[in-house]
Amino acid sequence: MKSLSVFLLLTLITTANAQSVAEEYEVRYHALIQELRCLVCQNQNIAESNAPLAVDLKEQVAEMLQDGRSDTEIKDYLLARYGDFVLYRPPFKPLTWILWLGPFVLLAFGLFLAWKLFSDSNVETEEKVDSDAVNQIMLKSKNMKNRIDQS
Amino acid sequence: MQARFLIPVIVVIGLLGILAIGLTLDPRKVPSPLIGKPAPVFALPKLYQPDQLLTNNDLKGQLALVNVWASWCVACREEHAQIERLSTEFKLRVIGLNYKDKPEDARRWLAQFGNPYSDIAVDEPGRVGIDWGVYGVPETFVIDANGVIRYKHIGPVTASDIETVILPLIAEIQRTDTK
Amino acid sequence: MNMLPELGHFALCIALSLAIIQASIPVAGVLTNRPLWMRAARPAAIGQFGFLLLAFLILTYSFIVSDFSVSYVAHNSNTSLPLQYRISAVWGAHEGSLLLWVLMLAGWTLAVAVFSKALPRDMTATVLSVMGMVSIGFLLFMLLTSNPFDRQFPAPAEGRDLNPLLQDFGLVIHPPMLYMGYVGFSVAFAFAIAALISGRLDTAWARWTRPWTTSAWMFLTLGIMLGSWWAYHELGWGGWWFWDPVENASFMPWLVGTALIHSLAVTEKRGIFKSWTVLLAITAFSLSLLGTFLVRSGVLVSVHAFATDPARGVFILAFFAVVVGGSLVLYAWRAPRFKAEGKAGFFSREGFLLLNNIFLVVAATAVFVGTLYPLLADALALGKLSVGAPYFNTVFVPLTLPLVLLVIGAASLNWKRGNATTMWQRLRWVAVLAVLTAIVFPFILIGQSSLIVAAALMLAFGAIYSAMEEIYRRGSRRGYRKIPLASWGMSMAHIGLGVFVIGVTLVSTYSAESDVRLAPGDSTELSGFSFRFDGISHEAGPNYDSTVGKVTLSHENKVLAVLRPEKRIYRAMGNSMTEAGVLPRLHRDLYVSLGEPLSNGAWSLRLYYRPFMRFVWLGAIFMALGGLIAIFDKRYRHPKLIHAQTGSV
Repeated sequence: MKSLSVFLLLTLITTANAQSVAEEYEVRYHALIQELRCLVCQNQNIAESNAPLAVDLKEQVAEMLQDGRSDTEIKDYLLARYGDFVLYRPPFKPLTWILWLGPFVLLAFGLFLAWKLFSDSNVETEEKVDSDAVNQIMLKSKNMKNRIDQS
Repeated sequence: MQARFLIPVIVVIGLLGILAIGLTLDPRKVPSPLIGKPAPVFALPKLYQPDQLLTNNDLKGQLALVNVWASWCVACREEHAQIERLSTEFKLRVIGLNYKDKPEDARRWLAQFGNPYSDIAVDEPGRVGIDWGVYGVPETFVIDANGVIRYKHIGPVTASDIETVILPLIAEIQRTDTK
Repeated sequence: MNMLPELGHFALCIALSLAIIQASIPVAGVLTNRPLWMRAARPAAIGQFGFLLLAFLILTYSFIVSDFSVSYVAHNSNTSLPLQYRISAVWGAHEGSLLLWVLMLAGWTLAVAVFSKALPRDMTATVLSVMGMVSIGFLLFMLLTSNPFDRQFPAPAEGRDLNPLLQDFGLVIHPPMLYMGYVGFSVAFAFAIAALISGRLDTAWARWTRPWTTSAWMFLTLGIMLGSWWAYHELGWGGWWFWDPVENASFMPWLVGTALIHSLAVTEKRGIFKSWTVLLAITAFSLSLLGTFLVRSGVLVSVHAFATDPARGVFILAFFAVVVGGSLVLYAWRAPRFKAEGKAGFFSREGFLLLNNIFLVVAATAVFVGTLYPLLADALALGKLSVGAPYFNTVFVPLTLPLVLLVIGAASLNWKRGNATTMWQRLRWVAVLAVLTAIVFPFILIGQSSLIVAAALMLAFGAIYSAMEEIYRRGSRRGYRKIPLASWGMSMAHIGLGVFVIGVTLVSTYSAESDVRLAPGDSTELSGFSFRFDGISHEAGPNYDSTVGKVTLSHENKVLAVLRPEKRIYRAMGNSMTEAGVLPRLHRDLYVSLGEPLSNGAWSLRLYYRPFMRFVWLGAIFMALGGLIAIFDKRYRHPKLIHAQTGSV
C-alpha cells in the first residue's frame, strides 16, 4: 500500500516534471516521513511503519508535496491535527527551551569551570615556584647564618 | 558540608518526583489540539443514504457526540453498549463516523449489534479521520451547539467514563450555553 | 509431580538470606573492627552465587523439558521452539531476565571476592557488603513482584511463544552482554561507596577500581553494538540506531562509564578529580538502574520495551530512591573530605581528560534530557511531545565531535606538563597524514566527498594516527615491551573510535534507499547497483512459515549475489517478522527487505545502499578489544604494584 503510494507519486512526478525534480521530491519525502511519528505505533516514525494510519499519512504527505506545498506547510498541517506529539523534532518554543538549549548551556558552564580550574592552577604553580624559591633562599641564608654562627 | 555536593541529591529528588508522576500517566494518550476549535470541515456520504451528504454544518444547533468506529475494531464492540446508553438512556445525539471501513461490513455490524447513531458518515479512505486527528478507533468527540469540539475521549467509553467525565461535561456545556 | 520449580524458588529465598548476611555482617565488622565478621563476606558471596546458579539451571531445565506448569515457561516457550531458543528464552522476558541479572550480579560479586586477595580486608568487606545490598533489592523485587517460578494449574497443554523478535542469534547474546555491563558498574559503585565510608581514596583505590570498570564498560560496549547489529538485521528499516528510549537507557551509562574510565586514570596518576570520580561511579550505576526502571515500568513508549506493570515500576522506583538517594546523601556528607593532591593545567593529559569528561557528561545529559523530556512535559501537564532521532542527531553530534579532537591532543601530551610546541612536534605528521587520507579516502572508495565529510574524516584519521604515533614514540624510545598493556588498550580503543567515526560519517552521508514496487522479473537501480526481483517462494522453518523473496544483485552486468529477504509468520501466535537480506562488505552493505504483496504478483521492496556500515560495529569491537587488553595490565594485579605510589607512565 505504502510503497504503492510512493510509486504513484514517483510516476506522477516523473511524467509531469524533469527527473531531477522527482529526485528532489523523493529526498524531501523521505526526510519528512522520517520526522513524523506514527501515533498508533510503539515509537516508530511513519517511514518505518506499515500501520494503516501511517500509510494514510504517507499518502497525505506525498499528495501535499505534489501540490507544491512546502515542508513547513506539511508539518503545520499535521501539527494542527495531532499536536506536537506527531513531530520527532520538537518545535523550538518556551516549553522546549531547556530541551534545545539546556545541553549547550551546561557545556558552557562546564567549560567555564574548567577554564577557572586551569587559570587557578597557573596562578598556584607560579606562587608555588615563588614560595619554593623564597624557601630556598631562606634556607641558604639560614645555613650561611649557621656557618657564620659556628665559625 | 559544602552546598555543591548537595546538587546531585537535589537533581535525583526532582527526577524521582517526575518518575513517580510518570507512573500514573499513560504515555499513549495524546491530547487533541482541536479542543476548543470548530469541528473540521467535511462532507461525507451517509451510510444508509449514500447519495446524501453529512457535513460539519449538520453538527451545529444541538450538542452532539461524534463516535469514530469501524466494524473491524474490537474495542468498538466493547464500548457499543455504552454508546447505546448515551443515545437511548441519556437522549443524546450521537453521530457515527465510520472510519476506514467497507459500508456493507458497517451495515452488517449495525444490524447485528444495533444502531445507536442518529446519523452515520462514511469515511472509507480515512482522510476526514486525519482532519479530526483520529489515530486509534474508537474515539469520541463532544461537540457543542456552536459546532465547537469540547472534548475528545480516546479508546472505548466505559460506564464510569460516562458518569464521571462525559455527563458532567455536557451538563457544564449546557449550563454555560443557556446563560 | 516435578518439584524442581519449588526447589528453584527455595534457592532464590536462600540466596536472599545469604545476600542479607553479606550486606550486613561484613560492614558491621568494619565499623566495629571485628575481622571475623569481615571474613563472612566471601563465603556468603560464594554461597549466593551457588544458589542463584542452581535457580537459573532449574529454570533453564524447565524450559528444555517445556514444563508449562511454570507460567513463565508457558508464556515464553513452546514445544516447537528450537532448543537453542528454548534456552535463550530463559532471559527472553521480564522475570527470567531479572534472574539472569541477579545471577550476573552474584557472578561479579564472586569475582571481586576471588580476585581481591590483595586488597585490605576492610575494603573488600565493605565492597562486598554494598554489592550484597544491591542484590537484596533485586532479589526482593523478583520474589515479590516477578517470580519466574510461579506455577499455574492446570498446566496448559501448549505454551505461547517466545517473542519472534528474540528468536535470533543477536538477541541470544545481546541481553547477557548488556546486563554484564549494567551489573558490572555495580562493582565501581561499591568501590565508590567503600571509599566514601572509609574516607580512603588514593592511587591504590583507583588501581583496584580501574580494571573492574573497564571490564563492565567492555561488556556494555559489546552489548550495545550487538543490539545495534540485531536491529539492523531484524527490524527491516536499514537503520542501526534509533534513539529509542530503550537504546538510550543503555547509552547513558555507557557515556558516563566512558567518562569514569578516563577520570579514574587521572585519579590514579595525579591524585585529583577524586570526588568527581566517585560521583561518576555512582552515576554510571544509577543510570543502569534508571534504564531498568524505564524499560520495565512502562513510563515511556518504546519499540522494544518489556511487557510492563506499574506495580513493578513502583518497586523499582522505591529501590532506585533508596540506592541512589542514599549513596548521594553519603556523597554529600563524605565527599568534601577528599583533597586534591595537585592541580591540572590546560596543556597536560589531565587537562584534556577533564575536557573529555565535560563533553561526555554533557552528551550523556543531552541523551538524558531528550529521553525524559516527554515524561517531564507530561508530568507537569505541559503537553505531549515527542523527542526522536532528529533532535538527538542535531544536538549530539556537535557535543561529541570535539571529543575526537581531545583524543588526538591527549595522545600527544604527557601527564602534569606539556606545551603547544611539543604537541605540534608530535602531531604535525599526524595532521598532514590525516588531511591527506581524509581528502583521498572518500573519493577512492565512494567516488565523492564534501567539506563536512572531509572534516569529520580528518578527525577520525587523526584519532587513529595519533594513537599509533603515541605507541611508536614510546616504543622507539624505550622498547615496545616496556609499554604497559593499559596503553596498548587505550590506543586500540582510540583507533576504534576513529573507525567508528569513519563509519558513522560515511553511512549517514552517502546512504541511499528506495521503496519500490517490483513484479517478478523487474529490476531497478540504486547507487549503480541493479536489483532484480525473481519472485517469491514459500518455505517452512522449524516453527515458522516463511515467504522468501529472491533478489539478484548485480553491478555492471556482473552478478554479485542473490539475496533472500524473508517475511516469517511464527505458527504459535501468528506473529510476523521480517528478516532482511544483506550483502555485507567492509566498504558497503546492500540490503533488501520484503514489504507487502501488491497486485499481479508484485511486491513492495525496500532497498538500501549503506556504505561503510561495518565500520560502525568494527569500531565498537576495537573499543571493546582495547578494554580487554587494558584489563590484563599487570599493574592492576600485582599487589606490590597496586600499593606502589604513582607510577611513571
